[in-house]
Amino acid sequence: MSFTDIVFAFAGLFGLFFALAVGVLSLTWLERKTLARIQQRAGPSVVGPHGLLQPFADAMKLVTKEDIIPAYADKLLFWMAPAFVAVPAFLIWLAIPFGNNIAVRVMDLGLLYVVAISGIGVVGLLMGGWASSSRYSMLGGLRAAAQLVSYEIPIVIVILSIAVLVQSLSLDAVISGNTITIGEATRNLPGQGLIPFAFVMPMGFVIFFIAGLAELGRTPFDIHHAESEVVGGPFVEYSGAHWAVFFLAEYLNTFVISALIVVLFFGGWSWPSPPESIFGNELSGMTTNLMGGAWFIFKTYIVAVTIFWIRGTYPRLRIDQLMTFAWQVLIPLSFANFVLIAVVLFYDWPLWMMPMLSLPILIGAAIGVQKGRGVGGRPQTVRILRRSAGEIGRPMPNAPSSTQISGEGQAGD
Amino acid sequence: MTSQGSSGGGNNPSNSGAKSTSSPVKRREPQVQRAAVALPPEGLVLAERLPERLATHKIEVGAAIDEVVCRVPADHLVDVCRQLKDDPTFGFDYLRLLTVVDYVDPDGEFEVVYHLYSMKHRHKMMVKIRLPERRPSISSVTGIWRGADWYEREMHDLFGVEFEGHPNLVPLVLPEDFDGFPGRKNYPLNDYEEW
Amino acid sequence: MTENAAPTNMGSTITQVPNPEPGTVDMMVNMGPQHPATHGVFRMELRVDGEQIQDLVPHIGYLHRGSEKLCEHELYSQIITLFDRLDYVSNFNNELVIVSAVEKLMDVAPPPRAELIRIIMCEFNRIASHLLFYGTFAIDMGAITPLLYNFRDREKIQALFESVSGARMMHNYFRVGGVKEDVPDDFESRSLALCNELEHGIDETDRLLTGNEIFLERTSGIGVISGEDALDWGLSGSVLRASGVSYDVRVDEPYSRYDELDFGIPVGSAGDCWDRFYIRILEARESVSIIRQAIALMEPGDTMAKIRRIARPPAGEVYAHCENPRGDLGVYIVSEGGERPYRLKIRPPSFCNLQALRDLTVGHYIADAVVILGTLDIVLGEVDR
Repeated sequence: MSFTDIVFAFAGLFGLFFALAVGVLSLTWLERKTLARIQQRAGPSVVGPHGLLQPFADAMKLVTKEDIIPAYADKLLFWMAPAFVAVPAFLIWLAIPFGNNIAVRVMDLGLLYVVAISGIGVVGLLMGGWASSSRYSMLGGLRAAAQLVSYEIPIVIVILSIAVLVQSLSLDAVISGNTITIGEATRNLPGQGLIPFAFVMPMGFVIFFIAGLAELGRTPFDIHHAESEVVGGPFVEYSGAHWAVFFLAEYLNTFVISALIVVLFFGGWSWPSPPESIFGNELSGMTTNLMGGAWFIFKTYIVAVTIFWIRGTYPRLRIDQLMTFAWQVLIPLSFANFVLIAVVLFYDWPLWMMPMLSLPILIGAAIGVQKGRGVGGRPQTVRILRRSAGEIGRPMPNAPSSTQISGEGQAGD
Repeated sequence: MTSQGSSGGGNNPSNSGAKSTSSPVKRREPQVQRAAVALPPEGLVLAERLPERLATHKIEVGAAIDEVVCRVPADHLVDVCRQLKDDPTFGFDYLRLLTVVDYVDPDGEFEVVYHLYSMKHRHKMMVKIRLPERRPSISSVTGIWRGADWYEREMHDLFGVEFEGHPNLVPLVLPEDFDGFPGRKNYPLNDYEEW
Repeated sequence: MTENAAPTNMGSTITQVPNPEPGTVDMMVNMGPQHPATHGVFRMELRVDGEQIQDLVPHIGYLHRGSEKLCEHELYSQIITLFDRLDYVSNFNNELVIVSAVEKLMDVAPPPRAELIRIIMCEFNRIASHLLFYGTFAIDMGAITPLLYNFRDREKIQALFESVSGARMMHNYFRVGGVKEDVPDDFESRSLALCNELEHGIDETDRLLTGNEIFLERTSGIGVISGEDALDWGLSGSVLRASGVSYDVRVDEPYSRYDELDFGIPVGSAGDCWDRFYIRILEARESVSIIRQAIALMEPGDTMAKIRRIARPPAGEVYAHCENPRGDLGVYIVSEGGERPYRLKIRPPSFCNLQALRDLTVGHYIADAVVILGTLDIVLGEVDR
């Protein structure tokens, strides 16, 4: 490794760090504004134009706040836990491509790297939960462990089916396609330049999106820091800068999942590519890459807003329902998706067979879930009684056998 | 004092006379006007049936405005309550309120009042018992209406009335180390202690 | 508590019970007094096995102010102010109880117009209280938006209250024998317009929550209590009606002029959290209809009966109660004929409803305890008094 490589690596890391810091701050602002819009209020509006500087004020406040460590906490683990959550969230970004072969580190095993790194975060949550020596933290940490490990499985299987589809673990191949040679036949495996994978495998997209929400611990799966139950879960004892790091990690993760959804299912920087009639083919590499990067970031923000939108709409599931949903619905469906893509590729069926086959399964599963436990499973149990219909009111008791009772109701006394 | 006294629009002044004169409340009105009794029809029926059905329990039946009032000897309380609940004529399945009134100053007595209601017959009544000041103790009715649980605990806190047979008669609204019974009339109100 | 909570010498706290399985022990979790889901200073002591609640002991009294004792030292008109502070989200309903108790004792009737004003105010207050319930209940389940929608509508109601009584909460508007003063000139038109907006708002909440899959999953079959048990515990209000007992003081012992109005009483049959929630939605709609009918009945006239300024009811005792948004709020007054009561005892509906919490929650998950507590819709100012 030459000196320039090292310089570039550091430059990339620092650039990424600052870009992500800005990204996270903008994301907090965006979340608050989105929620405010959903909830018919103004949101941050005082600090800076449209409250744009609010995140900086918040960050300043958090960093200058007193950092309290509970007396009975395991200090080492308590200090380390935020890093264990934030660093993996940051590291995933190394592999995310912003343009054609442009990433901080272009990896051939990008998919594997993303899956591997994203599994570390749960350790930090569990650590924070245990080290705080608080019952709420403990419950929250255990919930996080159960939830994140369970939802890792459908995510991995869906990523696996994408890898099967493009016959590569490279994130660039996922976007721009792959050419492989088996024996003497050369096959062009599809990338997403023309048609994003969300349309090729809609089931995979839905599973990934739902499981992604769960990985983030976002509504409706925010059980591990549910304010009304475990009061913030693993974070409950954290304050000041340490809490800020958890907070940062949470938004970094939101950003990561949004970016992964865009990369894996919406063509990353490439789809929809600008029509040749406008720009022609003589675009310089630089312009294309800049435009692609901007396009990618834009799409990422749109996915993030969708996630915020869901947060503003839904209540939260309970731990057992959450686990049931993962193990009984998402994991079987993700396996079905995997088998389907394998079958389609093996028999060399056209790709449109894939949505044709998976959409009925998806819709069937949705109907099944709804029938089993949703509106369909609940009979109408409330009725309105009306006095005008003679259903309520004051029934008079039977007239007494001995009729006369004077107005003075004393008998004893 | 008021239960029998109020029955029948002031036709029983003798019963409450002693009480009224020695009442701790300074009364400025020369003559006490009694609240008029107007029992609803089902109350009249109830007032008639109570003595028939509960003849063995030495009860006294009166009325307060629109409610039948039944005074029961303290040792008959549980039996009477059980019968009031189980007897289909009464069917008092709902304990609305349980409270203690402190008449300690003049008479040396507490009065425990049970407000009952029947969802089936839609009639209501009060059951009253009297307790001596020395050792105010009465059987718990939690076995009959579970809703009496917290009421009894609260009254135990505030008035020091013992409810025998209550499963968990520990302080509810007061701190566990609180001294005295602040609900009682003789609880000193203006004496603060520096802490 | 009852039979399965063995009384111990430890007082009201649960003792640590080792689990029969080797190597495991149940965990104690203290929810409250500072906890976002306890709606005030209320503490639940939970013994949990994993996430499942094995035992629960509710602790109240953190807000105990001795209101009843305080009332014994105040004039009747001053007690109205104290009653405002019992259930601080349905103040008018509280005021109605104390004034109707004193009126019953004194045998005076307020003028018809005053009665209608009271009914309108109480029903608006019921809607406001239910709106707050939908919002906080949704927050308990992690949905943050309904609260904001409902606060928007509640603000409108409170603005109306302010125009009538001069205060957004703690109105002190009802008087023994009537109301403090007549309503403003534009009251009727404003109320009717508000009714339309409220109906829209209630529909919005209904659409947002009632049929939601996750909402249904969280509430259906959770915290079931049968009608018999509910009566046994002395529950009242929506909690009792959700269990199939149609008991509403407004129709079963009509007070004020409720017997002239036609309205429905929603009654459930499942007795679970969903029924308790949905009944409150329907109730708010019925309240809107009551307000419309009451406004149609309004005629110009006095708003105060001709009685002495300082109420001095005769000696006697009275129990009066009204249907509060939380249930059957009653007051028992023993009067010695003075201008202050000799003894005043409040029947707080939240207090009674809260008693059943243990029976409702044991066996459910921690998250369900929060939901069940939410549907009981307690106000700690009233529980502790």
